[in-house]
Amino acid sequence: MSDQLAINFENLSYHYGDRQALKQVGFEVYRGQLFSLLGPNGSGKTTLFRLLSTLITPQEGSLRVFGNDVSSAADLVRHDLGVVFQTPGLDGKLTAFENLAVQAVMYGLSKNQTQVRIAEVSEQLGVADRLQNKVDELSGGLRRRVELAKSLLHCPRLLIMDEPTTGLDPSARSDLWNYIRRLQQSTGMTVFLTTHLLEEADQADRIAILNEGELVALNKPEILRSELGGDVITIESQRPEALLKLLSSEADLDARLIDGQIRITGQSDAFLVSDLHRKYKSNIQQISVGKPSLEDVFITRTGHRFWGAS
Amino acid sequence: MSDSSEISPVRQVSWVRVAESLAWRELARFFRQRNRVIGAIGTPLFMWLLFGFGLERSFEVATSENTKTSFLEYYFPGSLVLILMFTAIYTTISVIEDRQAGFLQGVLIAPVSRHAMVAGKVLGGSVIAMLQGTLFLGAGLFLDVSWSLSQFSTLVGVLFLASMMMTCIGFSFAWKMESTQGFHAIMNLVLMPMWLLSGAFFPVPVSGSGQISQEVLHWMMKVNPLTHVVSLVRNLLYGVRLSEEAFWEPSQSISILVIVVATALFYGLAIKVCKRPIASDLK
Repeated sequence: MSDQLAINFENLSYHYGDRQALKQVGFEVYRGQLFSLLGPNGSGKTTLFRLLSTLITPQEGSLRVFGNDVSSAADLVRHDLGVVFQTPGLDGKLTAFENLAVQAVMYGLSKNQTQVRIAEVSEQLGVADRLQNKVDELSGGLRRRVELAKSLLHCPRLLIMDEPTTGLDPSARSDLWNYIRRLQQSTGMTVFLTTHLLEEADQADRIAILNEGELVALNKPEILRSELGGDVITIESQRPEALLKLLSSEADLDARLIDGQIRITGQSDAFLVSDLHRKYKSNIQQISVGKPSLEDVFITRTGHRFWGAS
Repeated sequence: MSDSSEISPVRQVSWVRVAESLAWRELARFFRQRNRVIGAIGTPLFMWLLFGFGLERSFEVATSENTKTSFLEYYFPGSLVLILMFTAIYTTISVIEDRQAGFLQGVLIAPVSRHAMVAGKVLGGSVIAMLQGTLFLGAGLFLDVSWSLSQFSTLVGVLFLASMMMTCIGFSFAWKMESTQGFHAIMNLVLMPMWLLSGAFFPVPVSGSGQISQEVLHWMMKVNPLTHVVSLVRNLLYGVRLSEEAFWEPSQSISILVIVVATALFYGLAIKVCKRPIASDLK
């Protein structure tokens, strides 16, 4: 089983002074998967990413990449990793080609391999005609592509990205996702990325959800959603507490008040929405029904809304 | 022709190639920012001419050959060292800029030793400072200096070592700093006094004059490695020593020894400092 693992987080804890950023986090990422780590801002995603990137070392617990421990065999791990940080790591005063060439030396590529790989990755990412441009002259989307090209230059087995689509317009975001998906499918490379965007996490093979440094969910997105069962009914009311009491006592529903909204999960009665609307009309401002989303998974596991969490 | 399939998962990373590559990057960055080139050489050149001509009539230093040396000549080695110092400061600022821009993160997570990273940064900074210093040596053609090839090459070697020493000092401070403003403030507090007490501006007084102020000054200047750089450059340029009765001057061999040892120590310090985690990386 362990030879199918790309990453193994085991009881990982990390604190900055008194602030506990990660609490006993443990999960596994299988080889060849596109794995997404979802969490609101401040949930511990970036700390976990820094640990995985080998920028910092675990204080408690262990973290292994393809069986190699990040603390005791950091260099072996580094050869396997392609890393894209949230902050762009390119030198704006150098050309795209020069940036890639410096990176190639740091990963031990020969001069010949450097030429070949720069040509390959720049072609794949559509930046071949921009190699001689200074990075400062490139648009945000192109810089992101050069950044990705840089991380793929040494053919890593695991590509990790920290909120890679931050700052990109919708079309560049979609391009990047399509490329990542194609890359993962054509090469079998494992991809691990963090995101605070629910719709992005939904595109992954498996996801983990972090909240306040703790792992609150881990599975395929569709399984997590299906675990909630049925539909989710959301009600907005001027007097939500009073309505909640009525729903619990009179209608015998498992309703919860989350950040001012009443949410009823696991319902499959097609007429329930119209029944509720008719019965509590004076108390309801808005009522809606939908399939469970990852936000519903998050709410069920944490008791608060995803965007309210940050 | 190799392709991606031929790239083995774990490769041997040559620290020499890494250092060379990072050093090249420093050079490319520096010379692509003309304001830095001008700032590093312009200020000391201006100061040399201003002080040199301004103080020429009121300041003369006696030499051991019972002649007088003009202030323009006396101040020339000090100006040269000032150029090395300014350039070392400008180049090591890139450590802070690299951290802020995210480039440094990429180096820290690469399978590259810290030793290679320091070597690259220091080598790049030292070569830039040495080139700037050598350019300034051209101004020496207007002075009463009889040039020879061996004298010139020894001078360039000394400039390189002195540049390395100051780049290592700059690197050690820059590594811990979060802002370039803070770095400038610290450099003014550390390197400027080192330069002022190097014999660049006034000679080292002899010990035993009976005056406490002169005694304190004598020892502060004597233990300053930059004093040995300035003195060595002066000796190599003019071949004349200052009057032994009034001023203290180290011998050439002692100066070379002090410069080599100080450079090695500051290089060791730079490596030690960069192995420690930085507060801004841990937030």
